[in-house]
Amino acid sequence: MSTETVHHTALTLADHLPALQVLVPFIAAPLIVLFGRRGIAWPIALASSATAFAVSILLLSRVIDGSVISYHMGGWEPPLGIEYRVDAANAFVLLLVSAMSTLVLLFARESVEAEVSARHHALFYSAYLLCLSGLLGVAITGDAFNVFVFLEISSLATYVLIAQGSERDKRALTASYDYLIMGTIGATFFVIGIGFLYMATGTLNMADIADRISEQGSNRTIRAGFAFIVVGVGLKVAMYPLHSWLPNAYTYAPSMVTAFLAATATKVAIYVLLRFVFTVFDPGFLFEFNTLGYIILPLAIVAMFAASFIAVFQSDFKRMLAYSSVGQIGYILLGIAMLSQTGLTAAIVHLFNHGITKAALFMAVGAFVLTAKGSFYNDIQGLGRRMPLTSAAVVVGGLSLIGVPGTAGFVSKWLLVEAALENGWWPVALLVVASSLLAVIYVWRVLEVLYMQPTPDGSTVQEAPMSMLAPMWIAALACVYFGLDTDVTLTAAATAAEGLLAGSTGLQ
Amino acid sequence: MRHHLILRVVTKLLIGSIMIFALYVQFHGDYSPGGGFQAGVIMAVGFIIYGVVFSLEDVQRVFPPWLVHKLAALGVLLYAGTGIVSLFLGYSYLDYTALSPHHPVHGQHYGIILVELGVGITVTGVMVTIYYAFTSRTPIMDDEAW
Amino acid sequence: MVEEAVRDWEFFLGHMNYWLFIVLMMTGFYIVVAKGNLVKKIVGLNIFQTSVFMFYISIGKVEGGTAPIFPVDMNIDPAVVYSNPLPHVLILTAIVVGVATTSLGLALIVRIREEYGSIEEDEILKIEKEIALQEIRLHSEVMGERG
Repeated sequence: MSTETVHHTALTLADHLPALQVLVPFIAAPLIVLFGRRGIAWPIALASSATAFAVSILLLSRVIDGSVISYHMGGWEPPLGIEYRVDAANAFVLLLVSAMSTLVLLFARESVEAEVSARHHALFYSAYLLCLSGLLGVAITGDAFNVFVFLEISSLATYVLIAQGSERDKRALTASYDYLIMGTIGATFFVIGIGFLYMATGTLNMADIADRISEQGSNRTIRAGFAFIVVGVGLKVAMYPLHSWLPNAYTYAPSMVTAFLAATATKVAIYVLLRFVFTVFDPGFLFEFNTLGYIILPLAIVAMFAASFIAVFQSDFKRMLAYSSVGQIGYILLGIAMLSQTGLTAAIVHLFNHGITKAALFMAVGAFVLTAKGSFYNDIQGLGRRMPLTSAAVVVGGLSLIGVPGTAGFVSKWLLVEAALENGWWPVALLVVASSLLAVIYVWRVLEVLYMQPTPDGSTVQEAPMSMLAPMWIAALACVYFGLDTDVTLTAAATAAEGLLAGSTGLQ
Repeated sequence: MRHHLILRVVTKLLIGSIMIFALYVQFHGDYSPGGGFQAGVIMAVGFIIYGVVFSLEDVQRVFPPWLVHKLAALGVLLYAGTGIVSLFLGYSYLDYTALSPHHPVHGQHYGIILVELGVGITVTGVMVTIYYAFTSRTPIMDDEAW
Repeated sequence: MVEEAVRDWEFFLGHMNYWLFIVLMMTGFYIVVAKGNLVKKIVGLNIFQTSVFMFYISIGKVEGGTAPIFPVDMNIDPAVVYSNPLPHVLILTAIVVGVATTSLGLALIVRIREEYGSIEEDEILKIEKEIALQEIRLHSEVMGERG
């Protein structure tokens, strides 16, 4: 072979942002193991997560106008090579994931110190970073099989992280095992679905699959693939009847893991669902229309009520929030099922707002677990006076969960109602309001326990340390901020929704 | 299995060839079937068979657990580091052309060898870690009780 | 009538890989759902995943195709048909994921047995129910009639 001189224009660091987004936490993970010192595990984790956050801000600022960034892994052109593809929808998700991760890591130090035994700290943070890079990878990649690989990286790390809760409660092990079985079945269903799409189209690049499906139209193989993908991702999303892994996993995992998972993991899975439902398959695909209308819509409404109803009767604050998460996912799915610009915007905004709300609340749970040694209502009763700042954060988060005007939760629920009315589905709009009443009940129960009950005699509970209060309050204030100033979230979500509804823009 | 003389002798004879074979599979990976995954597993088998026939303490004296952990992490870093090099040279992540810009095919070879080496080291490390993790647990009953 | 039967039979034989895939997949799935032993569940999960591997590999087969390995001197004969290597590569990744899942699952089982003293699902559930009842009892004692 002769010497070839290849013309090549050097890429600058700014061109590498999509790769760095995933790489920074991914390289930090083995570095932590290599150093093996638990003292530096947390600083490395925090620094890499903060870098990822900075990268995601830069990425979002570049695509907010609706443009698309495509990064070719290894220099191989898509559709042959793996492509990282950033548009408004996934830049928004990347921002959410990396911001929440940084916030949770700021909070984590004391919490992990108290809940995970010291000799596991380095490996714990390493697994955490693998989970983070997996989630970022799922959001950024434009290759269908790559989604599966990153999904499994994050899931395997998640199972490990959940099992770390066994120091406090041995049920974390069975919770992790159950999630492992269900998560693997979900991921395998997803792979089968991708296999069908590959059979029908001969490509794995999502934009390319979309092009070929719209060329050749739908056939039975593609429909089977669609069904497998929806069920597989549905398991990861915790779509109502497939949610049974979630309450135990959230309840028994270490507090910071729960805060992180609740704010990001299910949200990323919802993003995958959006990406497949809207970009890969044409939104006009009749089969899809039926799936959304006759399956996802009723299930979303059932989730809103059933899960919220169960949450009312819990006597553990953390478990209550876990069930409430299942219910809130119902709202997001409802927004998707509306198949309209407003509905989709509502879903994406709620994805973000619910993320920050749950992060604030689960961080408060972490503070209670640290100081009061538990999150049962009998452990936290009367703590409103002893831990005023943590309890106030619970109040703010709770109000946002209900959707009180002036909080982030209100914005997304308002949009959801608006979208329902736009479609002429006024019973659905009423149901959204009615299910919010259930949220009022379960949030009220917590507030009542915190503020109206007497503190048990001899209780020596002190306020949580500053390092936990600060991130908790950043999340809580974000709930208020995004409730008052809706410009940023609404613009980004509307651009994302528009991009998704336009279907695939094809390979460029 | 201290008393199984034949097993012990055969194992000692085998381990050397198993490891040579692992290296063969490792470095032929860019021309023929093989590569880091297979080589890593074969290499790990060399250690595992030593542990099974002799004892966990013996193999851990040769290949201590802390070293296994570090190797598993080092391999990933070698893989990712190869990509970082091309990234700093102004090419896409993992674009091996960067390693030999005037002769891209050579660059591909260098890149594949480095990356496969990383994979091989990690797989060896991880496989041996899994083996250590399971065997170092105290069993419910002794070997004698079976 | 006969022609139709022959056609059906040919359809059946022609899609043999899919039938086997379905049988294997359902076997694995059934074991995961129906068996109470945690190790058996992992075995079922493995069979389930393996069926998907076989499915992918079978769709990569090109009729008359040989193993997709180019000769060392890169003198590629255009008359030689190669099978599609892409599904093989994908499945290599999926196998690694499967190994990781299996070992993590087994590690969890070891820990579960250490904590619960059992790997049977019903016994574990009984123990967990006991713990939950105790928690609720404690809760209602402290909280009085509101519990």
